[in-house]
Amino acid sequence: MSTGNTTHASHVAHHFRDSEHQFDSAKQGIWLFMATEILMFGGLFVAYIIFHAIYPEMFAEGASHLDWKMGFLNTLVLIFSSLTMALGIHFIQVGQQKKAVVSLALTILCGAIFMVVKYLEYTHKFHLGLFPGRFLNPEVVHATHQNLGMYFGLYFCMTGLHGTHVLIGMGLITWVMIKTIKGDFNPEYFTPVEGVGIFWHIVDLIWIFLFPLLYLVG
Amino acid sequence: MAATTNASSDLNYITEFKGIKSWLTSLDHKRIGLLYMMAVLTYFLFGGIMALLLRLELFSPGANFLSADQYNQVMTYHGAVMVFMVIIPGIPAILGNFFLPIHIGAKDVAFPRLNLASWYIFMIGSILAVSTLFTSKIDTGWTFYTPYSLKTSTAVITMVFAAFIMGMSSILTGLNFIVTVHKLRAPGMTMHRIPLFVWALYSTAILQVLATPVLAITLLLLIAERAFGVGVFNPELGGDPVLFQHFFWFYSHPAVYIMILPAMGIVSELIAAFSRKVIFGYTAIAYSSIGIAAVSFFVWGHHMFVSGQSEIAGVLFSFLTMLVGVPTAIKMFNWLATLYKGSVSFQSPMLFALGFMFLFAIGGVTGIILAVMGVDVHFHDTYFVVAHFHYVMVGGTLMALMGGFYYWFPKMFGKMFNESLAQISFALIFIGFNVTFFPQFILGSMGMPRRYFDYIPAYHSLNSISTVGSWLIASGFFLSVYIFWQAFCHGAKAPANPWGAKTLEWQIPSPPIHTNFEVEPIIKAGPYEYR
Amino acid sequence: MGNHNSHGTTHTHHIVPFKIYMMTAGALFILTFATVGFHQMHLGSLAAPVAFLIASVKAALVLLYFMGLKYDNLMNRVIFGTAFFFLLLLFAICALDIWTRISEISTL
Repeated sequence: MSTGNTTHASHVAHHFRDSEHQFDSAKQGIWLFMATEILMFGGLFVAYIIFHAIYPEMFAEGASHLDWKMGFLNTLVLIFSSLTMALGIHFIQVGQQKKAVVSLALTILCGAIFMVVKYLEYTHKFHLGLFPGRFLNPEVVHATHQNLGMYFGLYFCMTGLHGTHVLIGMGLITWVMIKTIKGDFNPEYFTPVEGVGIFWHIVDLIWIFLFPLLYLVG
Repeated sequence: MAATTNASSDLNYITEFKGIKSWLTSLDHKRIGLLYMMAVLTYFLFGGIMALLLRLELFSPGANFLSADQYNQVMTYHGAVMVFMVIIPGIPAILGNFFLPIHIGAKDVAFPRLNLASWYIFMIGSILAVSTLFTSKIDTGWTFYTPYSLKTSTAVITMVFAAFIMGMSSILTGLNFIVTVHKLRAPGMTMHRIPLFVWALYSTAILQVLATPVLAITLLLLIAERAFGVGVFNPELGGDPVLFQHFFWFYSHPAVYIMILPAMGIVSELIAAFSRKVIFGYTAIAYSSIGIAAVSFFVWGHHMFVSGQSEIAGVLFSFLTMLVGVPTAIKMFNWLATLYKGSVSFQSPMLFALGFMFLFAIGGVTGIILAVMGVDVHFHDTYFVVAHFHYVMVGGTLMALMGGFYYWFPKMFGKMFNESLAQISFALIFIGFNVTFFPQFILGSMGMPRRYFDYIPAYHSLNSISTVGSWLIASGFFLSVYIFWQAFCHGAKAPANPWGAKTLEWQIPSPPIHTNFEVEPIIKAGPYEYR
Repeated sequence: MGNHNSHGTTHTHHIVPFKIYMMTAGALFILTFATVGFHQMHLGSLAAPVAFLIASVKAALVLLYFMGLKYDNLMNRVIFGTAFFFLLLLFAICALDIWTRISEISTL
């Protein structure tokens, strides 16, 4: 796809009939990719749910070390960022470039806030000796359950993979924001923003399930 | 790269753009197919050499020239390379990339840049996998079962991460093919007029997209287990090694259908073309591909009958596994019905197709035998299983791949090959294959375990026979390499339609032009109108 | 059908109204507060199902409105639904195995 367009048609690749054909195809491709993200993260959820059911008290002990207020804040931040992401696309669709840029910038900011909160949570846990897996010493943390390391192994894997996706999302949003500033998008062509938006919403979606599962149900 | 070509200028997709850079940056699905071919054939050579070494060691009991540890490594690389770097990518990435767009009357796949990216991702993953040969060769078997994969001091993390990367490539290819089939069919090309090869690739693509992500998370969890001791698969921390197997086979069972479905698609093409007859039961064959793909998700536990999974789960998996024989049999009977009263010609591509039918029948039926839980309890981890899956993967997929190469070589490169030599190559491969693997059914029934470096003297003679067979197969494949090389350099110019077949690729020049079609075709009939 | 490129054709891209986005966000905020509220009530064994139910409603809102599935074509909905179905399958059979295992202690 072209980086600058003077005519509407120049962004349409030669094997597509028209702009709409290309857009619909791109969107289907993105949804297929989102299906793979659901299945990938889903595997982690399956493992978590199974072991939670086998070791309910150990999981409760693990969850008691999590601060639900931080998780709650992060949930609100991500939901707000989904709103600003959707609005970013909306403003491009109605030709309001400047508002789109502001919305996208806000989305990135929300992502950054999320990651800062995450960083604070992680460092606090490390400070307490709550490391993943075999690095968690039950004596050091005064654990009742000897395999508490499993809980934190899962915690760091799930939030770590999610956090990685937040960072990737922030990078992608930065990319489309720069292109928006350069005027590459208009109501006729905004496919990359749409795609990045769908990715970002999936990141929010996963957190919507992660928050209660990790912080509340323990 | 906006040049439009006209056929009279003799420019085709090979000659139009020159230089290595034009190949490495090409967005042309045909060139990308050839890039994959170069890589996959190289890995096939490597995996094949591993097989020859393995069989050489097993020629007689006791240590011959490999130590037990080295044997485990050779065995692991044979499996891992063949599975992840040859058979899973093989047909879709090479022949699928080349012919899927042409078969539906399109200029390219839906996302050409993603297609090229898929190749680069595959190369990065596969090179990373090969790099472990120079660091610390893994010895876990290609299935990486815990807890051994957590304890062995070899380069498991690197290899598993390499497989993760290659899985990404597989997902992106599948995604690309699904959107291509949905969105880029030429006018008049309804879903019931697409060639059966396309139905096969489409079903495969669905598997690639739905199953591979679970492999991805399994491998990431395995890395986390090794690096941090997370505990989900490690019994020392209260984890469950059988859960690893569940997660692993949730992907790996559909993966074997990723391996076989495209092969069956090729066989449908060959049977129709070389019987010069409308394929019998087009709709049944098409939907049986979808059916196989769907059922394949429900049967993974048949790899785990003796793992410690519950008996109820075992019974469920046993029953469901037998179901998958139904759509598979539908294909076999429809192919047979196509042959009946057809004008059958026994040219080399057809020989491979017929060879497929014979060998896959044996492989498939022995799969049903193994599906019976009470029987599998005895056969699990014996050479019976090894013979079964080689019959379907080599006797099946590889035969179909060879048939596809012979069938489509004239189209891809514009040259004809030596037919007599091709038939000799087929004979060597077919006979060699049976000599190698049929004795292994017997060995398995006699109780010889798989993945073992040594065996009792009672198994000696059959092992020796099997090894001799491996030399026959190897010579058959090397002969094919020679045949293709000779044809590429000195072969007679191929016409547009040397086989008289009816699918779209035979209506365009050999080799095709860059954009496949001068004018977008308008489809008015099905793909096998041989009347 | 030749290859004509569209110059300013009216597109059928549905533009979701600003108000819908705001209302969806509002609902999501309220439901998040509700999640925490129910947590404070210590519902015991009901806690997990309730939390999961609310999360599902929130997820549906994100999918339908923010991600536009409500206005999108059927295929994209089928794609997403299929992924979810197979994820459930993975969970169901793994759970079936683990919860029907009979632990046996050797008599030796």
